[in-house]
Amino acid sequence: MRRKITAFDTVLAIIMIIIAVVTVYPFLNVLAISLNDATDTVKGGIYIWPREFTLQNYKEIFEGSSKLPQGLLISVLRTVIGTFTGVLASAMVAYTLSRREFVFNKFITILFVLTMYIGGGLIPEYMVIRGLGLVNNFAVYILPGLISAFNVIVIRSFIDGLPEALNESAMIDGANDFIIFTKIVLPLCLPVIATVALFIAVGQWNSWFDTYLYARSNDGLTTLQYELMKVMGNATGTAKVDPNNPIVQAASVNPESIKMAITMVATLPILLVYPFVQKYFVTGMTLGAVKS
Amino acid sequence: MEVSTIDTEKEVKYTKKKEKKISLKKLKKQKFLIFMSLPFVIWIIIFKYLPLFGWVMAFQDYKPGKSLFDQTWVGLKHFKVLFKEPQFYQSLQNTLAMSILGLVFGTVTAIAFALLLNELKNAKFKKSVQTISYLPHFISWVVAASIITSMLAPSGVINQILLGLHIIKEPLSFMSNPDFFWGIVTGSDVWKEMGWNAIIYLAAITSIDPELYDAAKVDGAGRIRQIINITLPSIKPTIIVLLIMSIGNLLNIGFEKQMLLGNPVVADKSLVIDYYALNYGIGMFRYSFGTAIGIFKSVISIILIIIANRLAKKSGEGALI
Repeated sequence: MRRKITAFDTVLAIIMIIIAVVTVYPFLNVLAISLNDATDTVKGGIYIWPREFTLQNYKEIFEGSSKLPQGLLISVLRTVIGTFTGVLASAMVAYTLSRREFVFNKFITILFVLTMYIGGGLIPEYMVIRGLGLVNNFAVYILPGLISAFNVIVIRSFIDGLPEALNESAMIDGANDFIIFTKIVLPLCLPVIATVALFIAVGQWNSWFDTYLYARSNDGLTTLQYELMKVMGNATGTAKVDPNNPIVQAASVNPESIKMAITMVATLPILLVYPFVQKYFVTGMTLGAVKS
Repeated sequence: MEVSTIDTEKEVKYTKKKEKKISLKKLKKQKFLIFMSLPFVIWIIIFKYLPLFGWVMAFQDYKPGKSLFDQTWVGLKHFKVLFKEPQFYQSLQNTLAMSILGLVFGTVTAIAFALLLNELKNAKFKKSVQTISYLPHFISWVVAASIITSMLAPSGVINQILLGLHIIKEPLSFMSNPDFFWGIVTGSDVWKEMGWNAIIYLAAITSIDPELYDAAKVDGAGRIRQIINITLPSIKPTIIVLLIMSIGNLLNIGFEKQMLLGNPVVADKSLVIDYYALNYGIGMFRYSFGTAIGIFKSVISIILIIIANRLAKKSGEGALI
């Protein structure tokens, strides 16, 4: 049966196109401005295509005494290390909690689930982290947020769905729990591990507040997101790029173009992997929703 | 048949487990499980439970350099000061305002988007729009704020459109007008999260029995009628559960957006409770005062969660916790 295209369909399509444009346009606009000659940009009228194409803006932010190359390095490092350790830790806890006969199962489950509802709050957490000597230390990006109870629950419910016979036959073969975890359970969990890893990675890449709170006085530890936040210069109250920022001062071009280039560098990794991995994100979202 | 036998086997195991007590033999047998979980139990105690002990700071005049046991106790002094601060009430008002605005507009737009998306018949078009719609969810608030401030700048695209449509005569400076701030935060939230939040409603819509629609078509109901009479009532339970769950989080809106989109000019409207605690607690080294703000927030949140849980039971969707 062929449907007729009604007025309803047309209006619907128009609304949807408007939503898509409103979502995508800002990104294209940022990209166009970042690739346009900075002096020319001041004249205005750059929409989704650069008028005078140049890579100068990108050169400016990575050259000289700019802190951006180092920020990029720290961002990549924290994303890689943080994702690896976070996934491994969450999966390990999830595995022990999937073993019903484990004597501390209930106790540990409660320990983790409670953290979803109560927390010490900003200042006590700050005091603990400072007390542990994690301020201005790379470990502050990895340790405090190592495991989230939510991820543990998601992985555990996946393990619960695996056939139990697998564990039992391995047990009979004399394998210990650590071997069962690394050799049997972990490989079978790859789909859910991929989803959790993506969420942790995006969180790590996008994080800026931990730098602001714990590592801003260590020049060698600032991240890309934090450097962008500094360039935005909220402190000036004019919503204009902070003219006193070292990156902006060192650059010879208009600050707005500098901001756009940094914004693009901070977004690009996500834009690049997004089309390939977005289906995992949605799986994760539905998985989590069912559980909670 | 197979499934049911597995179930009974599991049940037997559960009852067995309950009967057994912790024995040395058992601990020995489970040593690998213990080794594997121990580091993370230590981790969670240090990073998640130790801060809870920090709550005692709120009842002391905390001075750095001394242990928590050697501090002077001051009872409820910090709470009394807090309840007299006009800034505290302002931050509470701002928090609730932005929270409720975000909840109302966030929910309505996500549902509307899910409903409209569901009406699209071309699968490819539908998939593309949906994929595009949740892209902004994955960018950081720093990037989002950078983009939004550019769009809203006097020379930005929003002002150009408004000028072009002759709605305004000269460019508005959105970011430095306190009256616009709540709207900007709400709008940014909708832009960033609408597509993502629609996923859950879409999932609920897809599980509706198609026969219901067939019956409605026979009765001559048009597509808008079908949305109002079938789709919306069918996803009502999902909407109610999500709304109730957000009640517990009314005060937990964080401060990212407010910190990144705000500036001193709009501070009266952008100061939220977490930012207030951060400014006073860490910015001004008034750790005890900052902790008191945190405790106030936690207590209110726990009360809200209990209320939400009661509501959930009453609404017949089952308790949430």
